[in-house]
Amino acid sequence: MTTPTEHTADGPVRFLVEEEHEHSGGSTMLGFWIYLMSDCLIFAVLFACYGVLGRSYAAGPSPMDLFDLPLVAVNTSMLLLSSITCGFAMLEMERGRRGATLAWLVVTALFGMAFVGLELSEFAHLISEGAGPQRSAFLSAFFTLVGTHGLHVTVGIVWMVTMMVQVARHGLIPDNKRRLMCLSLFWHFLDVIWIGVFTFVYLMGVLG
Amino acid sequence: MFENLDLQKLVFGRLTLDALPLHEPILVITFIVVALGGIAVFGAITYFRLWSYLWHEWFTSIDHKKIGVMYVVLALIMLLRGFSDAIMMRAQQAIAFGANEGYLPPHHYDQIFTAHGVIMIFFMAMPFVTGLMNFVVPLQIGARDVAFPFLNNFSFWMTVSGAVVVMISLFVGEFARTGWLAYPPLSGIAYSPDPGVDYYIWGLQIAGIGTLLSGVNLVATIIKMRAPGMKMMQMPVFTWTALCTNILIVAAFPVLTAVLALLSLDRYVGTNFFTNDFGGNPMMYVNLIWIWGHPEVYILILPAFGIFSEVVATFCGKRLFGYTSMVYATVVITILSYLVWLHHFFTMGSGASVNSFFGITTMIISIPTGAKMFNWLFTMYRGRIRFEVPMLWTMGFMVTFVIGGMTGVLLAVPPADFVLHNSLFLIAHFHNVIIGGVVFGLFAGLTYWFPKAFGFKLDPFWGKMSFWFWLTGFYFAFMPLYVLGLMGVTRRLNHFDDPSLQIWFVLAAFGAVLIALGILSFIVQLVVSFMRREQLRDWTGDPWDARTLEWSTSSPPPAYNFAFTPLVHDGDAWWDMKKRGYVRPVDGFKSIHMPKNTGTGIIIAGLGVAFAFAMIWYIWWLAAISFAGMLAVAIGHTFNYKRDYHIPAETVTKAEDERSRLLAQAGAAS
Repeated sequence: MTTPTEHTADGPVRFLVEEEHEHSGGSTMLGFWIYLMSDCLIFAVLFACYGVLGRSYAAGPSPMDLFDLPLVAVNTSMLLLSSITCGFAMLEMERGRRGATLAWLVVTALFGMAFVGLELSEFAHLISEGAGPQRSAFLSAFFTLVGTHGLHVTVGIVWMVTMMVQVARHGLIPDNKRRLMCLSLFWHFLDVIWIGVFTFVYLMGVLG
Repeated sequence: MFENLDLQKLVFGRLTLDALPLHEPILVITFIVVALGGIAVFGAITYFRLWSYLWHEWFTSIDHKKIGVMYVVLALIMLLRGFSDAIMMRAQQAIAFGANEGYLPPHHYDQIFTAHGVIMIFFMAMPFVTGLMNFVVPLQIGARDVAFPFLNNFSFWMTVSGAVVVMISLFVGEFARTGWLAYPPLSGIAYSPDPGVDYYIWGLQIAGIGTLLSGVNLVATIIKMRAPGMKMMQMPVFTWTALCTNILIVAAFPVLTAVLALLSLDRYVGTNFFTNDFGGNPMMYVNLIWIWGHPEVYILILPAFGIFSEVVATFCGKRLFGYTSMVYATVVITILSYLVWLHHFFTMGSGASVNSFFGITTMIISIPTGAKMFNWLFTMYRGRIRFEVPMLWTMGFMVTFVIGGMTGVLLAVPPADFVLHNSLFLIAHFHNVIIGGVVFGLFAGLTYWFPKAFGFKLDPFWGKMSFWFWLTGFYFAFMPLYVLGLMGVTRRLNHFDDPSLQIWFVLAAFGAVLIALGILSFIVQLVVSFMRREQLRDWTGDPWDARTLEWSTSSPPPAYNFAFTPLVHDGDAWWDMKKRGYVRPVDGFKSIHMPKNTGTGIIIAGLGVAFAFAMIWYIWWLAAISFAGMLAVAIGHTFNYKRDYHIPAETVTKAEDERSRLLAQAGAAS
């Protein structure tokens, strides 16, 4: 009778007796990356639509008539700052400090909310001026691209609040750390997308 | 302000009793048959007290094997629905000449061809392919499950949800009348104000989430969870094709999601992406949907190529000829599939240079495909071929697919395409490659892996009946369409004036009847095989003397797949193990760490159906509640940290001892 550890006949070992225990977080990070890339493609489609339709004003207002750059600058800084504080939260997480992690997450979520709030007020202002998404293909593409990003940030905030509850309850256990890593990837990803929006939609739009 | 409030509108949206098709006798009869069938199934499950078993062992299961089986069951059910649409169209076109209007008015006929395309691609072929990948890939790479088992269950139920939404449209309201890709402006709110297109959009959006997530899941599984020692270039070819297909899914389905979202914005919010006025551009839609749509056909065909590769090597008793070239051909097809989308609309008028570019890239795809064809041929050359049913499907494929490939290259020539665009020649071409390639491949795979899933082989006699009916039926049904297409007959017509064409349509209808017999034979095959299961039983786990790891474990495999994770030293790992006199471990088993079942997937998917139905009928309160419900259940699920358990060593020992006994019995019998 051969025991599992012995070599069979002249061949090499055929199976593992000891194995790595759990389904490690490595798959999760890879899987989440792949998901982010697929999400990136959704934005790619929306950017492409904006690229094609961005000058179809249908005799309506153009970016130069509509965009309020100082407001957008404030908005952008909210999001960029939130990315920095999100990074601080991750650093604290690595040090295993639950309180500090939670505090930085709260700051991040507040910056995120400020961003969404400013964006909503910008939208409300545009719609009140008669420049709603129905006015022209340019505005349809604009509202959809920027709105989809805003929707993602909103989802990120909901996720962040969920994580705060979970970290407060269970502490910085491996499961929560892995989830926070995914959340932080997601948050920074939204930042990168916003830089694209800020550059191509707002800055280049105002250039005319 | 409240006197203007219409209570009925508030509660039911635009859903009224008129939405029930009581005036359509065909639908009333269908409904009665479906209802009686449904009551019978429901009653039988209740009578035999199977609900608890189904819920605990199947619906909430996160075992990739069970999920794979459920995907295939869904696909077979939807095959019956999609085929009834097909045979109705064939019957209509065979009789509707001159004064005879046939039995399907355009309004109904248009829904049928749309439903046929949507169902066959999204709810027959896709679940079938996904089901086989789900079942086979983890076994082939020596893993115990996929990377994200819960996500897998969730993906499956989202696919079911999408299918349910499309099926509801049969009896409540109507389906889209736009063709399977719903081009605007026809699919816009101005020309399709009824809920048909909304059924289309929401059915596909929900199923699309499932498909995308299962794509992410399988890519991560194949990259991260291969048995130790298995290098990329030692993976079985089916796993390679599954990897490429899932990369395609991840890279193509977001485009579908986005473009359908834009179409829904046009329909619900009044934006102007694809409208004719206010600067909209309908050709944006056509471009975007084909940027998804062309990779989609490779998503379907690549796993079929993988199946043929496994089948040919097994039933010729030889290592696959040109493994490396097969892998590279697959990868090249994966990349090229993104560079050809415009050949679906050369007639858009993008000019000679653009059309030439896409025509040439399209023709180039035939090179790696041809290389594959020669690899299969050379594997057969001097092999000891066993003409079992999977091998028959494979050879039927090799002949049929080459014809379809050649007509494809013909269509890739833009000037020829200007003549043949939207003609029945095109219909014949893509059915030629989809039936001759994908469907034959799926049946080959089903017959090949059935004993692995259920522990007994399928009855070969009825399998051969099914194969020959399908093969001859295919040629009768679609060769006449090539002829008609060359004569200039366009697609999607429900009536013809020229009586000289009728004979070809009658021939095509005869072919459809043969295919119906093929499907019937398949059903008989399932029943007969179940009755004769003791004679067809596979005791060894390796009924075909096959080459890859899934055949090294028992049939059906235990929940944990492998008592010990295999170590791989060569491609065709199991063949290598057999050749070197592998001795199965019979003691020293340890407890095995496995994920736990959960009902979250089916609950969210159920709420998804409610959400889609509410959105389709403008029942806003229900939409809000069901959406909030989905969100709450999803978040609630994340609060469950205990998602795994251990199969105790005693249970593993017991299962493996039982297998030792069966193997000894089989050894003594042979």
